[in-house]
Amino acid sequence: MAAELLSVQQLKKYYPITGGVFGRQVGQVKAVDGVTFAVNQGETLGLVGESGCGKSTIGRTILRLIEPTEGDILFEGRSITKLGKADMRQIRRNMQIVFQDPFASLNPRKNVEKILEEPLIVHGIGSAKERKKRMEEMLEVVGLSSYHASRYPHQFSGGQRQRIGIARALMLHPKLIIADEPVSALDVSIQSQVLNLMQDLQRDFGLTYIFIAHDLSVVRHVSDRVGVMYLGRLVELADKDRLYEKPLHPYTQALLSAVPSADPDLKRERIILQGDVPNPAEPPAGCTFHTRCPQVKEVCRSVPPKFRDIGDGQHVACHLYTS
Amino acid sequence: MAEVETTTVPLNRAAEEVSSPWRDAWRTLRKNRMAMLGLGIIVFFVAVALLAPVIARYPYDEGELLNRNKPPSAEHWFGTDYNGRDMFSRIVYGARISLWVGTSSVIGSIVVGSLLGLLAGFYGRWIDMLISRIFDIMLAFPSILLAIAIVAILGPSLRNALLAIAIINVPTFGRLIRSRVMSLKEEEFVMAAKALGMTDARIIFHHLLPNSLAPIIVTGTLCVATAIIEAAALGFLGLGAQPPEPEWGKMLSDAKEYIQKAPWTMIFPGISIMLTVLGFNLVGDGLRDAIDPRMKN
Repeated sequence: MAAELLSVQQLKKYYPITGGVFGRQVGQVKAVDGVTFAVNQGETLGLVGESGCGKSTIGRTILRLIEPTEGDILFEGRSITKLGKADMRQIRRNMQIVFQDPFASLNPRKNVEKILEEPLIVHGIGSAKERKKRMEEMLEVVGLSSYHASRYPHQFSGGQRQRIGIARALMLHPKLIIADEPVSALDVSIQSQVLNLMQDLQRDFGLTYIFIAHDLSVVRHVSDRVGVMYLGRLVELADKDRLYEKPLHPYTQALLSAVPSADPDLKRERIILQGDVPNPAEPPAGCTFHTRCPQVKEVCRSVPPKFRDIGDGQHVACHLYTS
Repeated sequence: MAEVETTTVPLNRAAEEVSSPWRDAWRTLRKNRMAMLGLGIIVFFVAVALLAPVIARYPYDEGELLNRNKPPSAEHWFGTDYNGRDMFSRIVYGARISLWVGTSSVIGSIVVGSLLGLLAGFYGRWIDMLISRIFDIMLAFPSILLAIAIVAILGPSLRNALLAIAIINVPTFGRLIRSRVMSLKEEEFVMAAKALGMTDARIIFHHLLPNSLAPIIVTGTLCVATAIIEAAALGFLGLGAQPPEPEWGKMLSDAKEYIQKAPWTMIFPGISIMLTVLGFNLVGDGLRDAIDPRMKN
């Protein structure tokens, strides 16, 4: 068992809803509502869920790009939720993020050279010459060439830009990379190239990934463990194979039954969920999934299920599995 | 994001290596005839202003009292005014004043306005409240009235008129930058900058400001035109340049007594103001199309 690199404990992020003339708080959106998980050194943890379930918010909260409302984040055993700006800056060398939209994540006014050298300048690493050398090496690592250095982001394709985004995240040699839907904006053919690049980098640099996505087959391809989110909560977390073969939570079951199969003869039972995702400003009482759950019980309407380990590292939050 | 659109400019192979957002904008601007005409006008007046001592054949502040209100002739191309001063020389020296007042007051507004706008947009909360309310109050007055009030407090002089014009244009730029920064700071490249551990100052000056320059330049150019008119208006009211300074607006106001006897003393300063303002407006419009295609109506 590898060492625990990151641990997230009861993380909550509520956004206030203000209304009226004086901007009184009239409610709150529970974007992330009590999420607990841990990421081990060198593994890839996939986070899946539909849009608005809070998966990106978790990613950004871990980096404290968004301040958490409650809960604790431990990086290498050290709590980072209360760190000051200067201490946090040191931690940021070890945690980086790759964004979804390669057209928005690069500053259009800077060329690649400046984009990649800036992290080193900010952290005072190396001389100008060393920085340039590292920048050129990194371009090669992500599959670009040093002659690309003087170009501007708009001169690259989406896939190339995403490579630049990955290179920027790697410049500081971080331990953890949060990949926030890194391939969702790319063509399918480019997706696999970028995914393979990320896997190669993981092997070469010993990286740990938190891979946020809504594409279940992509997540299955890259992850070691997968967490499924619904309405700001983690409903199931298990090893990839176990989760995909024997999903326990009714939501995971429904989600996985929606994955298209390459085999047209394969007969599968498709679980169609009724209704929509409830408004996160007024989540249902009890289990948030009870309004759509095909196996709903009476207890689900009033008591929120605990997120518990039911053996072999499989965690699930569902009343069906209370022993 | 606006810069993404500049990729629609077809790039040839040779030019590709040097293509940057600014070069692309210049390439588009060069194809715009009206903008080039405007640029020509501006360059002409700048040249006139710089070469004033060479071009002008008479001193601007000494008249021949025997030659008052004479029509244009071979000796006095634009005629003479009520003091017998050579109108051509006065117009030529007046270009210096108008261009100086127009550009320096706008640069002053840009510096102060951008700084306030960056602070308000980036930090939000009470800083934004404070700065935005000050802007609102300033914008609640008609700008020329506010300028008159400022000059009335400071005392009429060209320098104070310049200061007043700079002050009244601050909210224009402040609001522009504030809204730009508010949308930019949600962009992922700013998030990435934060994630990399950059200081607020670095994010503001290396990421937010460079991406706000395009609208600043466009509005700034258009604002130079307004500033020249405002300076002329203050001069006309006797609150700007003081005699014998050859300020175009002041010349207009002096000439109004003699409009029937010596119309040329009014026509030439009027045409000069119109042409410079037209030049800056044409270039401003062209820049807007070249730099930010989305701002086109």
